[in-house]
Amino acid sequence: MSGLIEARGLTLRHGTREVLRDVDFSIAPGEIVTVVGPNGSGKSTLLRALIGALRPSRGKVTRQPALRLGYVPQGLRLDGSMPMTVARFLNLPSRVSAADCAKVLDDAGAGDLAGRQMSDLSGGQFQRVLLARALLNDPQILILDEPTTGLDQPGQASFYRQIEALRNRMGCAVLMVSHELHVVMSASDRVICLNGHVCCEGHPEVVAQAEEYRALFGTGTQGALALYRHEHTHSHDHAPGETCNAG
Amino acid sequence: MLDDFLVRAVLAAVGAALAAAPLGVFVVWRRMAYFGDATSHAAILGVALALALSVPVFAGTLVVALLVAFGVARLTGRGYAADMVLGVAAHAALATGLVAASFLSGPRLNLEAYLFGDILAVSKMDLAVIWGGGAAVAALIGWRWQALLLSTLSPDLAAASGVNPERERVTLMLALALVVAVALKVVGALLIAALLIIPAAAARPLSRTPEGMLAGAATVGVIAALGGLWAAWSLDTPAGPSIVCAAAITFGISALGGRLLGGHGG
Ligand SMILES: Nc1ncnc2c1ncn2[C@@H]1O[C@H](COP(=O)(O)OP(=O)(O)OP(=O)(O)O)[C@@H](O)[C@H]1O
Ligand SMILES: [Mg+2]
Repeated sequence: MSGLIEARGLTLRHGTREVLRDVDFSIAPGEIVTVVGPNGSGKSTLLRALIGALRPSRGKVTRQPALRLGYVPQGLRLDGSMPMTVARFLNLPSRVSAADCAKVLDDAGAGDLAGRQMSDLSGGQFQRVLLARALLNDPQILILDEPTTGLDQPGQASFYRQIEALRNRMGCAVLMVSHELHVVMSASDRVICLNGHVCCEGHPEVVAQAEEYRALFGTGTQGALALYRHEHTHSHDHAPGETCNAG
Repeated sequence: MLDDFLVRAVLAAVGAALAAAPLGVFVVWRRMAYFGDATSHAAILGVALALALSVPVFAGTLVVALLVAFGVARLTGRGYAADMVLGVAAHAALATGLVAASFLSGPRLNLEAYLFGDILAVSKMDLAVIWGGGAAVAALIGWRWQALLLSTLSPDLAAASGVNPERERVTLMLALALVVAVALKVVGALLIAALLIIPAAAARPLSRTPEGMLAGAATVGVIAALGGLWAAWSLDTPAGPSIVCAAAITFGISALGGRLLGGHGG
């Protein structure tokens, strides 16, 4: 097996709804892959299946043995019923040294939060702490589900810079879901366009030109995408495409 | 010393409170209060079956509590609203138990003892069950502590770290069945859930970490056990409900104290 995580013919149902159909996936060490797709297209479901939180109805997910992965879930909130400091949270499920804690918190721009209660953090602070936790234990792959939600502008920029730096320094692969298409286009090695199944995938510029991709994002992304494509083609394609059909 | 019924009562109450604390915090964190009710109400059915089949009451309650815990977990996993299933299970278990018990009329079954506890009548055997069961609960939860905390916060984060949240849920249900069997003699089926929830709730405003809350819950539980027994002895009130009343008073004080200290309200 060459990929860190691979999926073959992955099909997954929530109840009777088929959310993912026949998805093949693989990610190589050091690769940055972004999953894009409209709301409800199964991006989070795919990520959760890849980390082993959801069992496929059909198909197979294989992770490299003893794979160290860091995961940032989408939209996690903790209510205050359990008292939990940030420092204690980083020590779950295995203990880490105080120095490591301080380092990842610093890296994630949350250096001053160690003693705070998790339930007292603002949305952006909370997100930074989740990122910090994902950075522990030198991950071989980071799996990030809309990780910059709630981060302020400098926070987002420094987050993506850090992801790249991390990849360059440790050869860590990154799999993320993002709606920030301009970032996706500039930062990823490969883009996967998902809508229940893989519509198209490949190098960002290739995907941006693909018909399936335009059908999904054609009119909705004049802001970010047009901005990006501006530099390349100066074309303004406003044609409303048919939807890339999942069923 | 164990020949004195009062000493046995104190040891039983303290043992049950200590057994309840490590599970009680998870019942509060996971909002399993109703689940605790359903499982503990099922104990009455367990008692009736155990007496009918002439097996030890401890075994009967343990088995029935386990069956109900897993049955309910199964149903809620199938997409039934958890609240609804638990509401049905909690009351159905109690009613079935009461009906089953009525078939065993006669001197064999003192129903009130099992509904409200009969702590002044604990035997050395009961003590062995309480402390043995309590030790088992503590060992089980202590062993899985870190994994349990993470699965409680987020099953997905747990899965990503190689922890199986489903397995941790089973751990908790095992512990719950054990606590029910252990605490039945002390506070009775109707108030077991109170012994789980109230000390943990009382500890919440004063704690900053899960471990702190656990220590607080154990402390409050022991205080309530001693205070309740003292009240039962000097005011001639029923012991089980008195213990729960003492716990509730501690909760009131802690909630007030938490507010005054500007701590967390809940
Ligand atoms: N626990 C669940 N039970 C039932 N259906 C679910 C569950 N989780 C997700 N779904 C359904 O699966 C589909 C895909 O959901 P998913 O969360 O993977 O979408 P997504 O691509 O991540 O969307 P978003 O961009 O909004 O995050 C949706 O139609 C959703 O309603
Ligand atoms: Mg999502």
